[in-house]
Amino acid sequence: MSEIENKTEHGSMDGTKEGAAGDPKNDTGLGLGVVFFMLAFLICFLSGWLLFPKLLYSKHEQPFDFDHALHVQETGDCESCHYLREDGTFSGIPKTESCLDCHTDEPMGTTEDEAIFAAEYVAKGREVPWYVYAKQPDCVYFSHAAHIRAAGMDCVTCHGHIGESTSSRPYEENRLTGYSRDIWGKNIWGIKKNSWDSMKMDDCAVCHQEETGHKGYCFQCHK
Amino acid sequence: MKVDRRSFLGLGLGAVAGIAISPVGAKLTDDSSIWTQNWPWTPVPPDGKISYDQSVCTLCPGTCGIKVRKIDDRPVKIEGRDAFPVNYGGACLHGIAGTQYLYDPSRVKTPLKKNNGRFEPISWEEAISLVAKRLGKIRENQSPDTLACITDTDQGSVAGLFRHFMAAFGSPNHVTMQTLESWLALTAQTLHGSGHTLGFDLDHADFILSFGAGFIEGWGSPVAFFKANAGRRKRDAKLYQIEPRLSTTAAAADRWIPINPGTQADLAMAMCGILLQENLFDPEFAAGFRGGLNRFNAMVKQKYPLEQVAAITGISAADIKKTALAFAKAKMPVAIPGKGRGDGAQSLKEFAAVHTLNCLTGNINKKGGTFVKPVHNYLAFPDPVQDTVAKKGSTRKKIAASVQELVTKVNQSDPPVVDTLFVYNANPCYTLNEPGQAVKAFEKIPFVVSFSSFMDETALSSDMILPVSTFLERFEDVPSKAGLASSVVGLARPVVDPVFDTRSPGDALIRLAKACGGTMAQSFEWDNYETCLKNVVPGIWGALYKKGYAQILQDPPTGRVETDFAFLADNPPTISPQGEFDLVLVPIDNMRVLSTVPASSPFAIKTVSDRVIKNKDIFVEINPQTAKGLKNGGFVTLTTPAGSATVRLDFNEGIMPGVIGMVKGLGHWFDNKYVAGKGVNVNELISPVIEPGSGLDAAFGIKARISKA
Repeated sequence: MSEIENKTEHGSMDGTKEGAAGDPKNDTGLGLGVVFFMLAFLICFLSGWLLFPKLLYSKHEQPFDFDHALHVQETGDCESCHYLREDGTFSGIPKTESCLDCHTDEPMGTTEDEAIFAAEYVAKGREVPWYVYAKQPDCVYFSHAAHIRAAGMDCVTCHGHIGESTSSRPYEENRLTGYSRDIWGKNIWGIKKNSWDSMKMDDCAVCHQEETGHKGYCFQCHK
Repeated sequence: MKVDRRSFLGLGLGAVAGIAISPVGAKLTDDSSIWTQNWPWTPVPPDGKISYDQSVCTLCPGTCGIKVRKIDDRPVKIEGRDAFPVNYGGACLHGIAGTQYLYDPSRVKTPLKKNNGRFEPISWEEAISLVAKRLGKIRENQSPDTLACITDTDQGSVAGLFRHFMAAFGSPNHVTMQTLESWLALTAQTLHGSGHTLGFDLDHADFILSFGAGFIEGWGSPVAFFKANAGRRKRDAKLYQIEPRLSTTAAAADRWIPINPGTQADLAMAMCGILLQENLFDPEFAAGFRGGLNRFNAMVKQKYPLEQVAAITGISAADIKKTALAFAKAKMPVAIPGKGRGDGAQSLKEFAAVHTLNCLTGNINKKGGTFVKPVHNYLAFPDPVQDTVAKKGSTRKKIAASVQELVTKVNQSDPPVVDTLFVYNANPCYTLNEPGQAVKAFEKIPFVVSFSSFMDETALSSDMILPVSTFLERFEDVPSKAGLASSVVGLARPVVDPVFDTRSPGDALIRLAKACGGTMAQSFEWDNYETCLKNVVPGIWGALYKKGYAQILQDPPTGRVETDFAFLADNPPTISPQGEFDLVLVPIDNMRVLSTVPASSPFAIKTVSDRVIKNKDIFVEINPQTAKGLKNGGFVTLTTPAGSATVRLDFNEGIMPGVIGMVKGLGHWFDNKYVAGKGVNVNELISPVIEPGSGLDAAFGIKARISKA
């Protein structure tokens, strides 16, 4: 008798002992497998959704709190500080020198943040190392003039209601890319409710498609 | 219930499914792709303040105004300057690649001295004192005329300083390379007397008869003439292009008239004959004709009968006549001479005959015509202070009238007639026909000093190199030339500090003169080149500095000029190609390949077609009829009396049968992996042929044959 035949003859007993999945009398293995599956699925899914963003982004506090709402109230509009230069380039975040149009090294108000600004930056003649929420990568050319002047767009369309904020939220930096979280957007799923929620290339393309009928060419932004 | 391997399988699958459905996968894919773009070794140009500096490009004779975009102190981009009265905002591919020359791999970074065939770096002080010592010895031997000097041009204050140096030293032996401008000046001098040059108002002409001028391929001032060509099409002005191959210019012309290579002069003479015999010349202008118009007329009639010229040129008699009549009857006709770029080997007879066509129509010094302009004389150098040695030296006979002749004289003499040679902004060891002769002469001359930015063939053949700053690193006045109608001087100014230990050539010369002492130092009292420049352009410095350019002549010249026919009436012989073979090899000027100094930039070389150069192999254009039995793209041996080379064939119906065309400006043998070691230098295959009338090299080509490699 061959070895195989031997095994077949005595094999059936071994099979019941081990509880085969196909055996209707003993399905605890499958049940437990499903439980384990559900459990692992839930944990991993929830971590991917809730924990992963916390790990991916590092938080940085701004050097001090900035009250946009107050400044807009005092100066009137965004353009007082964030203006286009004569040659069409955008001034971006104002240098300390621009702040000195109103501020001195003596605080005007009573907040602790203004005191820090006056003492650490105005008095010492230093620039404030702001973290820039909307900072785009170096490989992207973007003209504010083309969008504000030529297309007549509002600041809010891309920057949201930052002008109404009374304090500076923490800056979140992607540990892998070094980019601001605002580029991908707060929503980790990439779901967008407002036009300003994310500012990746696709977001530019969507708007360009709607407004100009064309997504635009590579070299328009990647020069 | 029991935990078994199935449970673990469930756990694993659950984890995978959970992660897959969560945003982790999509987000990490996106982030990791960005991460790969931000590796620390990926170059990211630093941010900084943007500014624009205005300057002038000196890479070719074009005299284009440029603006250089800078980030902080770093020049990053070159654009054409809008308000500059030559190029009006345009720029060519060489100009926009100008910043590459700052960091060119073949740049000379520090003064070098050759020791036993190898260059060793030395300091500027050492270099200047070594050259000064050498010059001192020459003067001690009472033979200052054994110092010779080669510059690219005789225009502008830098060439002026070399001339001043030679005069103060007491040597008459300053020769310049042959450029379109030098040929035009020689033509004007021959026909209208010295002190003149020619400019062409191609912006307004309504009929341009081009005798092979690569009007949109780098002839003259390239950008200005690209624009003129664009304007021509809008105005519906005609362009007839006469040359052996269907060049880009010929393709853009209204008519391409193929002509046997090197017979343009005969054609122009025959056309002159038609204008005279048909009484189609301008009688008012003819009143200024001197030197035997009748003799010229009789000679043309006798020596250039239409049927004979038709046989020589390969153009039918009817076509010649039709073209001549169309030209004569146009309102504002202009005939332009100068094959290809118009530099190097050309023919005075051809230039003179072509310009005579202009003279006969009388469309001279008029809008849309040819201007006989005074040569720029805005420079006011003081008289050089000469001691007795210098005075004696400067009365001696000039060794040679051209660089080619100087090379020949050096090779023929023993000991060589030149003891020390200065070379500035010229590369005779590459650009002359049979450049090997120049290399031989350079080896024979005991001491050659090259004022050069790049380690080119001539610098490699020198004994000492004084590294010169590039045009982006120094001041220089740049007069408009090369057939431009306008008379403008632009100011090139430093937009960046010298990247290496280089100096302006003017500064190097001033320091050298000071180190020589005595009357040399007295002749060069300026502290530096900038002061010198201010002093020698007194009338226009204000405008130059403020606006970046100055108009020398507010309005183009008007009125009749005298024309002397003596030169042509003597019927100087037409040069025929050397050798016994059946085919004729002619050089082709390609807009993308520079053929003088500097060599093309790596960027420009990248843009050259695969049908000109592929990897390291050069292609020659040949008509399929001529290449019977050979394969398109196949390798052949091209042989001329001057040498032979392995080349590949590019079948082209647009080149006349019997003619082989090879692009000029390749086959460099200096050390630059982007530019050198590609193809063959066509000049190496062509022997110079001296034209009796001008004494200059006029070899437009050479007889050749091809055989399977």
